[in-house]
Amino acid sequence: MSRASSLLRWMIPLAVVPVLALLAYGFRTDPREIPSPLVGKPASLFTLTAFDGTPVALASLRGRVVVVNFWASWCYPACYEEAPSLERAWKAYKDRGLVMVGVNYQDKDEPARRFLSQFGHSFPNAPDQGSRVSVDYGVYGVPETYFIDRKGRVRFKQVGPVSDQLLKEQIERLLAEAA
Amino acid sequence: MRRVALFLVVALVLGLGAFPLGPAIAQSPAPSAQAPGAPLKPAPVAPPAGAQAVSEDTVHDVAAQLRCVVCQSLSVADSPSEIAHQMKDIIRERLAAGETPEQVRAYFVEKYGTWILLAPPRQGFNLLVWVVPFVAIGLGLVLVFVVLRRWSRRPASTAPAPTLDPAMRARIRREISEGER
Amino acid sequence: MTPELGYAATVAALVLAVYGSGAAALSAVKGRPDLRRSSERAAVGVWLLVMTCMALLIYAFLTFDFSVRYVAANTNLGTPFYYRITAVWGALEGSIILWAFMLSIYTLIVVARYRRTQPQLYPWVLAVMLGISAFFLLVMTIPAPPFERLSPVPADGRGLNPLLEDSGMITHPVALYLGFTGFTVPFAFAMAALIIGRIGDEWITITRRWTIVAWYFLSLGLLIGGWWSYHVLGWGGYWAWDPVENAAFMPWLTGTAFLHSVMIQERRRMLKLWNLTLIILTFSLTLFGTFLTRSGIIGSVHAFSQGSVGQFFLAFLALVGLGAFSLLAWRVERLGAQGELDSIVSRESAFLLNNLFLVAAAFTVFFGTVFPLLAEAITGTKVSVGAPFFNLVNIPIFLALLFLMGVGPLIAWRRASAENLRRNFLTPVGIGVVAAAACRLLGIGNAVVLLCLGLVAFVAATIGLDFARAARARRRTGDGWLDATWGLALRQNRRYGGFVVHLGILVLAVGVAGSQAWSTQTEVTLNRGEATEVAGYTIRFEGLAGVEESNHAKVVGTFAVSDKHGPYTVLTPAKKFYPQEQTPIAAVDYRLGVLEDLYLVLGEFARDGSHATIKVQVNRMVSWLWMGGFVLTLGAALAILPEPRRKPAVARAGQPATA
Repeated sequence: MSRASSLLRWMIPLAVVPVLALLAYGFRTDPREIPSPLVGKPASLFTLTAFDGTPVALASLRGRVVVVNFWASWCYPACYEEAPSLERAWKAYKDRGLVMVGVNYQDKDEPARRFLSQFGHSFPNAPDQGSRVSVDYGVYGVPETYFIDRKGRVRFKQVGPVSDQLLKEQIERLLAEAA
Repeated sequence: MRRVALFLVVALVLGLGAFPLGPAIAQSPAPSAQAPGAPLKPAPVAPPAGAQAVSEDTVHDVAAQLRCVVCQSLSVADSPSEIAHQMKDIIRERLAAGETPEQVRAYFVEKYGTWILLAPPRQGFNLLVWVVPFVAIGLGLVLVFVVLRRWSRRPASTAPAPTLDPAMRARIRREISEGER
Repeated sequence: MTPELGYAATVAALVLAVYGSGAAALSAVKGRPDLRRSSERAAVGVWLLVMTCMALLIYAFLTFDFSVRYVAANTNLGTPFYYRITAVWGALEGSIILWAFMLSIYTLIVVARYRRTQPQLYPWVLAVMLGISAFFLLVMTIPAPPFERLSPVPADGRGLNPLLEDSGMITHPVALYLGFTGFTVPFAFAMAALIIGRIGDEWITITRRWTIVAWYFLSLGLLIGGWWSYHVLGWGGYWAWDPVENAAFMPWLTGTAFLHSVMIQERRRMLKLWNLTLIILTFSLTLFGTFLTRSGIIGSVHAFSQGSVGQFFLAFLALVGLGAFSLLAWRVERLGAQGELDSIVSRESAFLLNNLFLVAAAFTVFFGTVFPLLAEAITGTKVSVGAPFFNLVNIPIFLALLFLMGVGPLIAWRRASAENLRRNFLTPVGIGVVAAAACRLLGIGNAVVLLCLGLVAFVAATIGLDFARAARARRRTGDGWLDATWGLALRQNRRYGGFVVHLGILVLAVGVAGSQAWSTQTEVTLNRGEATEVAGYTIRFEGLAGVEESNHAKVVGTFAVSDKHGPYTVLTPAKKFYPQEQTPIAAVDYRLGVLEDLYLVLGEFARDGSHATIKVQVNRMVSWLWMGGFVLTLGAALAILPEPRRKPAVARAGQPATA
């Protein structure tokens, strides 16, 4: 057999290698984590009515750092894990220019209110009827949290629960910036 | 002749099987944007008062190109989930407000990224996925043609007569007498 | 007690499998029949131990033994008893046991059938099969142990995924896995043939029935999966090009190609290299499929994975792929094709084209499934590849395959003369065109559907024509009608079994085309007592009721349906609320019909039952899919019948003996 075809035949098993490499690469990615195209862009304005009846409009919050957290009462255990952290961060930074807004995603009134009273959230929370705001923010699951700077741009999106550490880092970073 | 008639009947029966469905069929759009088996034509819905009339078909078409975010692989048009329902409402609203289907799609891509489209746009690197299968088929056809040509050029006489072992001989005898084609 | 016993059995089985594989291989190399017998005993031991594992697991499920983590995760005190049994294979660990169990049974069958008849191939076949079993047992031992203890023992389990509480759950995984594991046997024979260098046609002749059976079960598994998707998931469709559906579809495609191209090797001694490649591909794709479901690298409704299982599977996939193809490369010079044709227009070309299109379809599905990974690796952005892509590429391919299905069985080997073409195809082509025209006249406007229906008529005509001609020829030589038709089918059961399978595919094709083009859906909100009209049905909302079941609560809506003939049926779609699930599960209600199904999904409703929203679908021709599956079953059964015993030639008075 000629040398060329003798070497050529080993191309057959070698052809398998790039496929295996690609599949191995797959272990490093998470199919559920989709990077948001909104980071760096102006945050979509919204007007919602909170559970207690007060209006919440993003436009009126320009100049302050806004944290928008999407949650649901059926989102167990993640939303339940992060809820205390959110309340803590709110209490710590509200006098320094932070506004925290909770948006209730795909939920029912009663269970949502129960969730709120369970954690005693003192920052405004509003239901998102029809999910217009959620789609406007590209929400595909809960919990998701958006960090908006003083100029009204989305600076960071967290998919999954937020920790005290993460909240502290992001909020302080954004608070330090000028309006 | 009788035979031909019999098979005409068979074929017509198959064709006529469509008959009861005939009256129910209007213009059926090409199934390209649908998952197989998914209901295709929504029945008409009256548009909300004061808005531009939006055909449910158009809503359905746009929805069929978007991926439902909570299911895997289902389009917004097919998905029974609540969020898909609401996304369809958003599509309907935007179309009624005068946006074109492309603009509605672009809106979703702006919010979610290219991932929201059920098939990647035909540009840049993503062009590859659309092109490669057809190129592969083309190459395959060429290969098959080349192989067939090679086989049909080889004269039968140069191949040495294969020696038959008794088992094969018996098998040949059996197959011939069984009249297998 | 149970977890420890089960774990011990697993480890023992693993050790036996490794030993048996080595002993079988060694016995072949050194020619030692004692080692061979020892490895056979090991195979029996593996089977017994795996069966023990299954029995222990079933026992744990039936007795609510929540000290076993797997039991606690997949069942609770309310789970009905039959679902507790099927829950055994409802999640990752159990599915591996099921695979290992089937593999052990197949290994035993191989032992029983071939230990005396194939002395040279058989030890290597045994070695390969035990080696593959060892891998699955390894997975059961390390990354996915079904008998892991849970401590502290919870009072109640989590419960089975409600979508799996369905009859499809009993049959779909079993059929699918019988198909997947079934392809192990031809693969093992191919490996054995490559190892000992006897790559003639024997391994194909021996494994012919295995291939058909495996192919059949894979087809059945896919169809049941479609049925399950259709009647459980609530979207009214049966195939979503979900990555894991694709993963089961790819080996089916290459398996079908293999099924056909081995006929060329049998008849014409050609395509040896290609057939070996195909079986390696098919087996690798079955592994790839299980890898995909268990690695989490591509999100899917089916994915049930955790931990390092994916890495184990990838490593094994690498071993099999590299190993098998290296064996092939090593032996490649013995696989010279002795192809001889007189013309490009011949049955060989039809088969080659059949293979090309099937493999192209498999490649397309593969490429589309992994493309998101590739795109992310190269461009960093995530994209989705779904139905629009797969349909665009695959529909033309399947139409081409339909056409070939009509041409292939009738066109002549080596060279199809003009006479042969005219005789066999003129009428069917005419019938196809007439059928398409008739459909057009009946109002079907969609070009793809027209083409599909025309092709279906064409193929049906070719089959009918061939059968009628052969039956008539028999009649002429004195057979009665029954013997001419029925006897013909039984006598040449391979050929006519294949025809019946093709007929089944035709029925399926009509179902797919019809359901694609002619189904409608609408959504409507009704007040109690109010009725609406959809596609000839009048649907009236009667009311809601709350019901408590053993492991869930549900709200059932009652809808009275009547058509123009009067009252038709009462449908009760429901929404089921499982405590362990975050969102309610829709329970669809439907009435199946030959031509159309009425399908109702309950959406939003008022708590007091004053109004409810329903999605109404009229899905047409979907039943043809299941009917096609039934015909497929008959065809496959016919095809694997044992060869008819040669009757002693009986000379009829004045007629030459006909066999």
